[in-house]
Amino acid sequence: MTGPGTAAGRGRFRLRASQSRARTAAGFGLAAVALFAVAPLALGDFRLNLLAKYLCMAIVAVGIGLAWGRGGMLVLGQGVFFGLGGYAMAMHLKLADAGPGDLPDFMRLYGQVERLPWWWEPFTSPVFALAAVVLVPMALAFLLGSLVFRRRVRGAYFAILSQALAAAMAIYLIGEQGTTGGTNGLTDIQGFFGYDLADPANQRVVYFIVAACLLLMLAVARQLMLSRYGELLVATRDAEERVRFLGYDPARVKLVAYVVAAGMAGLAGALFVPAVGIISPALIGVVPSIEFVIGVALGGRATLVGPALGAVGLAWAKTALSEQFPAGWTYFEGLLFVLVVAFLPGGLGSVAGLVRRRRAVPAGAPEAPEAPPGVRPGGPPEVPSFLDPRAASSSPLEGTVDGAVDGALEAPAPGEPTREVAP
Amino acid sequence: MTLVFSQLFTGISIGAVLLLIALGLSLTFGQMNVINMAHGEFIMAGAYTVYVLQQVISGAGVSLLVALPVAFLVAGAMGVVLERLLIRRLYTRRLDTLLVTWGVSLLLQQLARDVFGAPNVQTQAPELLTGSVKILSTGAGDLVLANSRLFILALALLAVAALTLLLRATPLGRRVRAVVQNRDLAAASGIATGRVDRVTFFIGSGLAGVAGVALTLVGPIGPTMGTNIIIDAFLVVVVGGIGQLKGTVIVAFALGMMQSLVEYSTTISVAKVLVFLAIVAFLQWRPQGLFTLRTRSLA
Amino acid sequence: MFRVRGHRTAATAAVLTAALMLGACGRTTGQGAAPQASADTSGATVKIGLLNSLSGTMAISEVTVKNALLLAVEEINAAGGVLGKKIEPISEDGASDWPTFAEKSQKLISQDRVAAVFGCWTSASRKAVKPVYEKNKALLFYPVQYEGLEQSPYIYYTGATTNQQIVPALDYLKSKGKTSLYLVGSDYVFPRTANKIIKAYAAANGMKILGEEYAPLGSTEFSTITNKVKASGASAVFNTLNGDSNVAFFKEYKSAGLTAAKMPVLSVSIAEEEVKSIGTQYLEGQLTAWNYYQTTPGKANETFVKAYKAKYGQDKPTSDPMEAAYVSVHLWKAMVEKAGSFDVEKVRAAGAGGGITFDAPEGKVTVDGPTQHVFKTARIGEVGPDGLISEVWNSGEPIKPDPYLKDYDWASGLA
Repeated sequence: MTGPGTAAGRGRFRLRASQSRARTAAGFGLAAVALFAVAPLALGDFRLNLLAKYLCMAIVAVGIGLAWGRGGMLVLGQGVFFGLGGYAMAMHLKLADAGPGDLPDFMRLYGQVERLPWWWEPFTSPVFALAAVVLVPMALAFLLGSLVFRRRVRGAYFAILSQALAAAMAIYLIGEQGTTGGTNGLTDIQGFFGYDLADPANQRVVYFIVAACLLLMLAVARQLMLSRYGELLVATRDAEERVRFLGYDPARVKLVAYVVAAGMAGLAGALFVPAVGIISPALIGVVPSIEFVIGVALGGRATLVGPALGAVGLAWAKTALSEQFPAGWTYFEGLLFVLVVAFLPGGLGSVAGLVRRRRAVPAGAPEAPEAPPGVRPGGPPEVPSFLDPRAASSSPLEGTVDGAVDGALEAPAPGEPTREVAP
Repeated sequence: MTLVFSQLFTGISIGAVLLLIALGLSLTFGQMNVINMAHGEFIMAGAYTVYVLQQVISGAGVSLLVALPVAFLVAGAMGVVLERLLIRRLYTRRLDTLLVTWGVSLLLQQLARDVFGAPNVQTQAPELLTGSVKILSTGAGDLVLANSRLFILALALLAVAALTLLLRATPLGRRVRAVVQNRDLAAASGIATGRVDRVTFFIGSGLAGVAGVALTLVGPIGPTMGTNIIIDAFLVVVVGGIGQLKGTVIVAFALGMMQSLVEYSTTISVAKVLVFLAIVAFLQWRPQGLFTLRTRSLA
Repeated sequence: MFRVRGHRTAATAAVLTAALMLGACGRTTGQGAAPQASADTSGATVKIGLLNSLSGTMAISEVTVKNALLLAVEEINAAGGVLGKKIEPISEDGASDWPTFAEKSQKLISQDRVAAVFGCWTSASRKAVKPVYEKNKALLFYPVQYEGLEQSPYIYYTGATTNQQIVPALDYLKSKGKTSLYLVGSDYVFPRTANKIIKAYAAANGMKILGEEYAPLGSTEFSTITNKVKASGASAVFNTLNGDSNVAFFKEYKSAGLTAAKMPVLSVSIAEEEVKSIGTQYLEGQLTAWNYYQTTPGKANETFVKAYKAKYGQDKPTSDPMEAAYVSVHLWKAMVEKAGSFDVEKVRAAGAGGGITFDAPEGKVTVDGPTQHVFKTARIGEVGPDGLISEVWNSGEPIKPDPYLKDYDWASGLA
C-alpha cells in the first residue's frame, strides 16, 4: 500500500505536491482573471447579478464536495445552514434599513409584534451578525454532528435525518410569521452596510465579494484535501472501521468536514441575501437542499472544483432552459440527474477523464465490459483531478453503512495511484 | 372525554395512513437498502388509477374495489421497471439510489402533470365511505368514527397480515428473508437473489399503489401528492429499523398517536417540529432504528 | 494541446473560464448601462411579461391564470392590438419559488424590456418581486385577491382587497345569524392577516371567535383540526386554507358528519377550478366569497366563458382569479390608450387620472386612481351539485377598494 502513511508514499506526494503548487497557482490565477476581469467586462448588470447568485450556490457546493465527495456523508440538509447564514445577514440588514430603535417593516405591517424579540437584538451589531453568519451554522453542525456521528448514524439514516432537519426548520420558520416573516421570508432589503443595493455599481461590488469568497473557500477546501486530514477523511469514507482500528476517531474526522461544510453554506446564504435581496423558507426546505447536492453530483463530487462548476452549470441551465422551455425544465433536470448519478458517478467531468484514460491504456488491454462509464469494478472510478493531484486516488462511490465495511476489508487499498501512466 | 377518544382514534387513523404508505417502503428498504424516493410517485400512480378507472367503470364502490388490485399491478410494474433499469446498476453504491430515485420522482411528477393536468383531479368515493358510525352518545357530543378512516385502518392491517403471511409461510417469503439476512450466503445456497429482488420490489411498489387508492378517500389526488407524504414515510421506516415489519407497524402508530396528541394541545406546525426532534433524539438512542436485524457485520 | 498532462490545470482553468462565461452570457440583447431599462417599443410589436408558476406546488392554480392572460392577449391582438402594435407575450416560470419570481421579473424588465408584467399569485411571490418593480420603475398587474395593507406605486391590484371580499363575507354571515366562527387557514400571510381582520370585526360586531387553527401549506392531515372544529360547536367556519389542504379538509369534514346545513364553511380561496378538484360530493351547499363566478350573468361574461372554453376545452371552468387576470390586460390596454404611450410614468398618470373602465365579465370595473386597486362587486356563492357556484348574495354595487381599511372604525388598530 502506497498510502499517505508510508515514507515512500509521502515522498511521492511531496514531489507531486511541489509540481502541483505551480499549477495550482496558475489555476487560481486564471480563475481569478475569469471572475474578476472577464466576467464583469463581458456581462451586463443583470447577468452579472445572476452569476453572483450562481457563485453563492457554488460556495455551498464546495462544502458539500468536502463532506459528501470526500467524507461520504450525504448531506441533504445544507439548506438549513444556508438559511441560518442568510437569515443572520438579512436580520441585520433589515434592522439597519429600519434604523435604530425601529422595527423591521414586516413586523410593523402585520402588527403581531410590538417589541423587537430578544433574539433579534444582537443582530443590530454588524460585527455580531457577520460572526453569526458563519458561527451559528457551524455551531449547529457541531452539535448535531457530534451527537450523530458518535452514535454511528450513517448512510441513508444520516441522509434522511438531515433531510428531516431541513423540513422541520422550514416549517418552524413559516410558523413563526410574526418574527421571521413566515413564508414571505425577509424581503425588500435596501442597503448593505450603508451602501444602496439598488445601485448597479454596488451590485458589482457584491459580485466581487462573492467571487472572492468562492476563491477563498476553494483554497480552504484544497488545503484541507491535501493535508493529512484530507487523507484521513477519504479513508474514513472508504473504510470507517479500518480507520477506527488504526486508532483514529472517525466521528471526529467526519465532524470537521461537516462543520466546515456548514460554515461554507452559511457564508453562501449570507452572500445570497445582498445578491438576490431575499431569504425565505423556500430556500431551506427539502427540495432546495437536494438541488444543492445535484449540482455537486453533476460536477464530480470528489473533486475540488467539480462541485463548484456543477453548481454554477446547473443554476445556469435552470435559468437558460426555464427561459426557453418553462414546462420542460423539470424533465430535463430529472433526466440529467438520473443519468449522471446512475451512469457517470464521477460527474460530467469524468467524461473527459474517461476519454483520456482510454487513450492511455495500450490497445488490447482488458476493459471491464459490463461496468458503466466511470466505474471499474474493484477499483476507484476515473475522476478528473483538476486542481487536485490526489483526487484521482480516491473513490467517491461507497460511503454507506452497508457494503463499505464488508467491501473494504477485501477491496484493494484505495490509495494506489492509478493516474501515473505516461501518455 | 369524547374529544379524548376521538383524538385517540385520530392518532390511530393517522398511524394507519402512515403504515400504509411506509409498508412497501420498509420492504424495499429492508430488502435492498434502497431508499426509493419515487415511492411517493408510485402512491400517486395508485391514486390516478382510481381516477382513470372511474372514467370507465361507473359506480364508485365497484371502481374502488377494482382499483385495489389494478393499482397494485400498475405500481408494482413501475417498481420492477425502475429496479431493472436503474436500481440494479447501483447495488454497489446504495446511497446513490436515493438521489437517482429522486430524479425519477421529478420525472414522474412532470409526466403526471402533462397527462392529467396540473390541477388535482377528483374521484368519487362510495357514499358508504363518506359517512361515519356513531360509537357512543354523551352529553358533550357524539363520538363518531369516519368510515373512510376505518376502511383505511382495515386495509392497512390486512396488508400487514398478508405480508407477514407471505414472508413467514411461503417459499418466496423464506427466500426473501434469507436474502435480507445474508445476501451472499443466500446466493451461495442457490437462491437467485436477483429474482428475489425483483419480486420484492414488485410487492413493495405494489403496496404503494394500494396506499394510493386508499388516500383518494382522505386527501388530494394530484401530481405533488407524493412529495407531501414521502418524508413522513421515510421517517417511519428509518425509525422502525431494517428488515422487520413489526418495527414499521409500531412506529407508524406511535408517530400517528404522537402527532395527534401534540397537535391537539398545540398546532400542526409545532407538532411536526416536535415529532422531527423526537426522531432525532430517538436515533441517538437507537441509531439503526427500533428493531435491527442481528448480523455479523461490523456496522 | 490539453493532451499534455502537465497542462491539466490550464485546461481546468480554461474550462472554468468558459463555463463562467457561458453561465452568464445567455442572451445579451438590450444590455444597457442604464439602471432603469425602459420598455422596448421600437418594433412592430410590444412585449409584455407573463409571470406564473408553471411548475411546483402553485402550478395548480397559476396555469389557469396564464391561460386567461393569453386569451386576453389574443383578443386584443385580433382587434388590432394596442396603439397599433400587436402584443407579444413572453412567458416565464416562477416555479413556485419566491426568489425565482424576483429573478424572472428582473429578466423580463431588463432583458426583454417588456412594457408591463402580469402575474404572481401568492403574497410571498408578490412581496418578493415588489422591490424589483419599484427599483426598476416597471409595472406589475397582480390578479389575485389578497390580504391588503399594501399599495405599491408600481403594482396594480385587480383582485379583491379585504374590504371587497372578507368584510362583505362577514356581513353576510352576520346577517344570517352565524355569530360564532371557527377560523381555519393555511400558515402564511393571507390567512393570518385575514383572521386578524376577522377578529377585529367580530369584536366590534358582537361575534364570537371560538378557535383559530393554521396548517402548513401542503398539509393534508386534518382529523385533529376537524375534531376541534366539531367540538367547538361554532355556527360557521371561516376557511382561508389554500391548495391541496382544502381537498383533505373537506373530505375530513364530511367524514366527521359535519354538513353545510349544520355548520357551513365559508371559503375565500375555493373557486370553480378548486371545486372541480375537491369534488361536489364534499362541497355541495358550502359557501364561497368572490367577485366573480362562472355563472355571473351578463353579456361580457357569456362571451368570456365561451371564448375560454373554445380555446382550452369545454370542461374547463372559469374562476375569479382568471377573470381578474383577463381584466388586468384589458385595463392596462385602456390606460396605455388613454396615455397614448407605453411609457410607465405616463401610463400611471393615465391610471391616476381616473376614468379607466372596462366592461368585464364581473360587470363594469373601474380603476381607483389613488390606490391602484379596482372597484369590485362582492358576491357570496353556494356550490351547486353541478360543480358551479351560484350567487346567493351580492353587494349591489362595486365597492371602493380600501386596502388599509381606513374607512372602518373597528379596523383602526390593524395597520
